[in-house]
Amino acid sequence: MSHTQQLYINAACRIGNNQAWKDGQLFFEQAGVPGDEFMVGLYRKLNLQYPKWYKMDRLSKLGVLAAEIVLGMGVNLNCQPGEKAIVLANSHSSLDTDARFVSQMEEIPSPAVFVYTLPNIVSGEISIRHCFKGEQAFFVSSRPDMEFLYSYVRAIFADGRTRVCLMGWADILGEQFNATLYRVSADSDDSVHSMEFNTQNLYQYFYHEQGAVS
Amino acid sequence: MAAPVYIAGLGAVSAIGDNVQENISSLKEGRAGLGPVRYLRTRHAEMFPVGEVKATNEELAIRCGWTGTNSRTAMLGYLAAKEALEDAGLSLHGHAGDEAGRSAGSGMTEGWMAGELACRVGLISATSVGGMDLTEDFFPAFMANPKAGKLSQVYQHECGAITEKMALELGVSDFVTTISTACSSSANAIMMGARMIRSGLLDVVVAGGTDALSRFTLNGFNTLMILDSQLCQPFDKGRRGLNLGEGAGFVVLVSEQVAKALGQSMDVVLSGYCNANDAHHQTASSPEGIGSYTAMKGAMKMAGLEPAEIGYINLHGTGTQNNDASESTAIQRIFGDAYPRMSSTKSFTGHTLAACGGIEAVYTVVSLRQQCLFPGLRIEVPVIDKPGVMVQVFEEDADIRHIISNSFGFGGNCSSLIFSLV
Amino acid sequence: MNREQLVEDLKQQIIEQLNLQVKPEEIVAGDPLFNEGLGLDSIDALELIVLMQQKYRIKLANAEEGPKVFQSIDTMADYIIAHQPAANK
Repeated sequence: MSHTQQLYINAACRIGNNQAWKDGQLFFEQAGVPGDEFMVGLYRKLNLQYPKWYKMDRLSKLGVLAAEIVLGMGVNLNCQPGEKAIVLANSHSSLDTDARFVSQMEEIPSPAVFVYTLPNIVSGEISIRHCFKGEQAFFVSSRPDMEFLYSYVRAIFADGRTRVCLMGWADILGEQFNATLYRVSADSDDSVHSMEFNTQNLYQYFYHEQGAVS
Repeated sequence: MAAPVYIAGLGAVSAIGDNVQENISSLKEGRAGLGPVRYLRTRHAEMFPVGEVKATNEELAIRCGWTGTNSRTAMLGYLAAKEALEDAGLSLHGHAGDEAGRSAGSGMTEGWMAGELACRVGLISATSVGGMDLTEDFFPAFMANPKAGKLSQVYQHECGAITEKMALELGVSDFVTTISTACSSSANAIMMGARMIRSGLLDVVVAGGTDALSRFTLNGFNTLMILDSQLCQPFDKGRRGLNLGEGAGFVVLVSEQVAKALGQSMDVVLSGYCNANDAHHQTASSPEGIGSYTAMKGAMKMAGLEPAEIGYINLHGTGTQNNDASESTAIQRIFGDAYPRMSSTKSFTGHTLAACGGIEAVYTVVSLRQQCLFPGLRIEVPVIDKPGVMVQVFEEDADIRHIISNSFGFGGNCSSLIFSLV
Repeated sequence: MNREQLVEDLKQQIIEQLNLQVKPEEIVAGDPLFNEGLGLDSIDALELIVLMQQKYRIKLANAEEGPKVFQSIDTMADYIIAHQPAANK
């Protein structure tokens, strides 16, 4: 595998513990409320104006909010839809929604719930919102395996079709949620937040208590 | 030009056969495996035909040589993956006389050999329901009493648990992962396997997928109103929807070095692959077939092929209004009026969800080797009405060198694989 | 329930079932529900079928009927009145 190509993390965000971090800064906080209420608060803060968001399952809601922080708000990726890839992972797959669907099976189950009973629907929702038509993958693993995600994203870039990749972790089950996404690109954004794409930086951002890379 | 990835072994279990040979016989004889529910416990048993593997869980466990509580998904997957490994002729060092390499409990897993050559072997398996079939059995007792229900029925719930179980029983441990991208899952597993071989991370990858029927999927597809209450008619203008199926299909992908060491004639390669997102809707394909178009185009570009060189397409062809319209539009955009031959073998197996890309990859490789075309059944008025395009009866002496196998999934996830004769 | 009440009830039910971000008074009973109107999609159509069954005990025989029945709140109300189970009349 070609490891020669220099790649950059040009933006990152972390949503969890009722906080949303954009790169190294606390972007939004709403302590002491249920996760769903926090997400609506963040939606408003982001001024998303995307009514479809309300119809999504909780994993997609979370993923779309996180994607908005690293892809939205006026970011110009400057590449074709087919050059934009998504690689996501989590540990609970679509369990949060699966459980909801199962609880309905005795009555009349909801088609709108069923369509979200797959982990990769969140990738689809982000793709629709941000016009990503390149490659995508969704992995389920018990912990965030950044070594694996790192090499997978490298492989995608090495195939030569991809110029930007949204990658990271998006997990939700009940009140536990964490979305940590990174925007990886072959070009550096020339920003203070731009850093080298490597596993150390991925882990550091993921585990740093303030969601910041020191 | 990237390093070639050879197909060294095949394994399949589906509604039309317990192994590759039985599957192929059914395809040749036009014998579909669809019918009323016999094994799945569901209140929809009389409503929808399905493509069940014709065995109870107890029978499957005996075939696997397993005891205890096992997910049907894991058993189907193990049987197909084991067949593929045996077919490839790989052996597990220290387990002479047991070529499939059952090494449960021994912990000796690093000894895979291709002839004299030691190889790193990976298992990349796709599933969308995982061990949900068992969880569904667990639930009624548990709901009635939170202290009731057998916990052994839930620990295989998660998709990865199925792959882990298969890997342990097969004796594969160098790399094990699970892909869950709906109905394109196993095509993506094969694609990832090829990529890992090309990049030198592994020498051999057992790649494909497995899915058992479950009440969850049957109910779910029913709410989407895309189940056909009759036998499905993919790529027919009067199509009404899909029939769900179950099964597993695996291919053994090997590097050139391993292919040489195995000493067989390596005649088929995975020459191209591409995955793309339709970015249109959670479950529906775009009317223009953007995702399927991009996937087929990308795979052809990687393989360095012109449209005229594609001899046959194994269609995703589920039989729903939406898929078949979108897929045929994408094909028309690429091939114009010069269509390759095509058919949907889901008319035999039903839609096996995460397993379909693996099962259909097996059919595709056999098509190339035997130079034959498997039909799509029950077509009365074809969606593509140009005569002689749809394969409707088994055909021999086909002159084909390159086949596209399509698999498209919910979430807009579209993948195309191209298999080629060397 | 008279027709007027039914129309108001339908607006409320649809907003809840489909998680729409509009107020009942913003929905015009004669306006198209799909595409240019409320912008509903195919999954919403299936949800409306579930809603008819759950709240009004009316079962649409097949999805093909959908487009005609779900043109607008008005057409839905007409369909419900025409097909109401005797006990609810």
